[in-house]
Amino acid sequence: MSDKNLDFSYTTVPTICPYCGTGCGMLLEVIGGKISGVLPMKGHPVSDGCLCLKGWTAHEFVSSPDRLARALVGKDGDFKEVGYTEAVALVADAMRETVENHGPDSCAFVASARCTNEENYLMSKLARFAVGTNNIDHCARL
Amino acid sequence: MTNSIGELSDADVILLTGSNTSEQHPVIAGKILDAVRKGAKLLIFDPRIIHLTSFAHMHLRQKPGTDIVWINALMKVIIDEDLLDREFVNSRTEGFEELSRSLENYSLERAAEICGIEASDLREAARIFAMADKASIVYCMGITQHVFGTRNVLALANLALLTGNVGRLSTGVNPLRGQNNVQGACDVGALPNVLTGYQKVDDDVARGNFESAYGKKLPSKPGLTLIEIMNACLEGKIKFLYIMGENPMITEPDLKHVEEALSAVDFLVVQDIFLTETARLAHVVLPGSCWAEKDGTFTNTERRVQRIRKAIDPPGDARLDWQIICDIAKAFGSDYFEYSSAEEIFDEIAKLTPSYSGMSYQRLSTQGLQWPCPSVDHPGTVYLHETGFARGKGLFSVVEYDPESQKLEEHYPFVLMTGRVGFQYHSGTMSRRSRALAREVPEAYVEISPQDAARLGISDRDKVKVVSPNGELTVRAFVTERVRPGEIFIPFHFSEAPANILINSRELDPQSKITSMKFCPARIEKA
Ligand code: SF4
Repeated sequence: MSDKNLDFSYTTVPTICPYCGTGCGMLLEVIGGKISGVLPMKGHPVSDGCLCLKGWTAHEFVSSPDRLARALVGKDGDFKEVGYTEAVALVADAMRETVENHGPDSCAFVASARCTNEENYLMSKLARFAVGTNNIDHCARL
Repeated sequence: MTNSIGELSDADVILLTGSNTSEQHPVIAGKILDAVRKGAKLLIFDPRIIHLTSFAHMHLRQKPGTDIVWINALMKVIIDEDLLDREFVNSRTEGFEELSRSLENYSLERAAEICGIEASDLREAARIFAMADKASIVYCMGITQHVFGTRNVLALANLALLTGNVGRLSTGVNPLRGQNNVQGACDVGALPNVLTGYQKVDDDVARGNFESAYGKKLPSKPGLTLIEIMNACLEGKIKFLYIMGENPMITEPDLKHVEEALSAVDFLVVQDIFLTETARLAHVVLPGSCWAEKDGTFTNTERRVQRIRKAIDPPGDARLDWQIICDIAKAFGSDYFEYSSAEEIFDEIAKLTPSYSGMSYQRLSTQGLQWPCPSVDHPGTVYLHETGFARGKGLFSVVEYDPESQKLEEHYPFVLMTGRVGFQYHSGTMSRRSRALAREVPEAYVEISPQDAARLGISDRDKVKVVSPNGELTVRAFVTERVRPGEIFIPFHFSEAPANILINSRELDPQSKITSMKFCPARIEKA
């Protein structure tokens, strides 16, 4: 195979470490559409070029072979792959049935300290506005 | 944090308690070491020896569960020796008379006996803290993860108010947030009692703003907290549960109870990037995406809202988590979930949240902005309470120690503390899949003092059984001076030896609903 079929494009993408609440700045190195490493971000107001071992290796779990790539439907511990749209419909139907039969407060939502502000906000909007319950929390206490 | 991370390196005194900073927030530990290098005095109150204690001016090893005792003892010395900041107390606070009266008959010797720190050391630490121009208090879960965690925090706030260490650079009361976006999840209302920016759901005016933006009435009764949700699942009151990006099957106290609860719901949805212990119990598992695959914002422990940016695509059918939520909402029949980008969602948050309202992706850029940032020309807020507190004056709260909080049960003579190690992170779903991290500390262990180990005939690396009233667990012994006789420590990251199985979730802090992860009665047996 000749080199011209290979993608050697290199970019860095400025982002924030996903591990702890310090929020160090980092650059993700991307070669040919794959993350190849992490660089510390000089001039960042918190970390200014520092990262700890967790930060330096933050990219390693991204490409783990264990990553979920399909929606699953489970029954007694067995899982079957299903299409994304089908999974979404199953969830929405179950949510609707629960609200109709038992009221909004029979639903609960757990958001995530690992997800973004935007995602946590939408989870709260789903609970409060779409479903009509304040049963929403995350692991802040831990 | 009331103040910012960078300010720590200019403090004259840092009082650190309940935080193993080098392991959990290494880059913040670096700022603390910068301060020490510049001559700051570091006072560490921690039952265990940790990395930073070797750099500390004083390491004061309180008995677990006695934080209120040593904090009150420091205040007693400060008041008796007239080392308080009178001007600050007079002009910026209220409730000082009550506080001072509550400490009148407080005996330093008695306090020393209860908390296990010599009276002379308490006196010296109090003087060092009070005489500093800029003293900063830094704490973490060692303070909050108790059934009296809220009172611990109030006690620390008293100490800062008493010495005028609030509202100036390099001072303040500074909790270090564990996970990357705990601060943000709270800020945007992923809590049962508040909407974005801590606007209360039962405040008609605040809720009214959301109702007019959404064009629909919202529920005004505060909802259930996570531990209450688990209990309600067991009671059959919660029938549908949707968990995004959390693994309560490792991180929550009382795992048996969590498993029963999750198995009891009619429909459990888990959205995650791995088939976690929690996802294995789900009826539907949705493939989410990780931080490198999305645009959005995280808010760090110093209230800095920062941009994360998409570097690559998620694998296979995996979707951005916000898109999954929108798809479900739309399939449910709900309007107002049409967004074309994360930025659009952020703009909606900014519109509904006074402390974020001056922010936009463009302004956040690579430096971020610290809230409150109320207008587009506001530079953000480096430290809070410069001129006043939300309620006007800072209020001293009388916080008394409850001897019940230190009681062990028969047959369980040890105090078990759970915690973390620097090479692992939370439930381990991410860090244990990192080769470099996993090889450092591959398995769980229990730290036990050489004296206790000798008495029980346990050698280093022996397999031992740790038993609490709640459950039991087999791990290897790590015989070390890091813990004192009578105390043991287990990191909780490991699913094959999940320390949280030992913790009970029935007794909660009345305000924060946190359970005690730092004080659990236990015994050790040879396995
Ligand atoms: S690099 Fe280390 S200290 Fe910085 S945010 Fe990541 S985990 Fe925390």
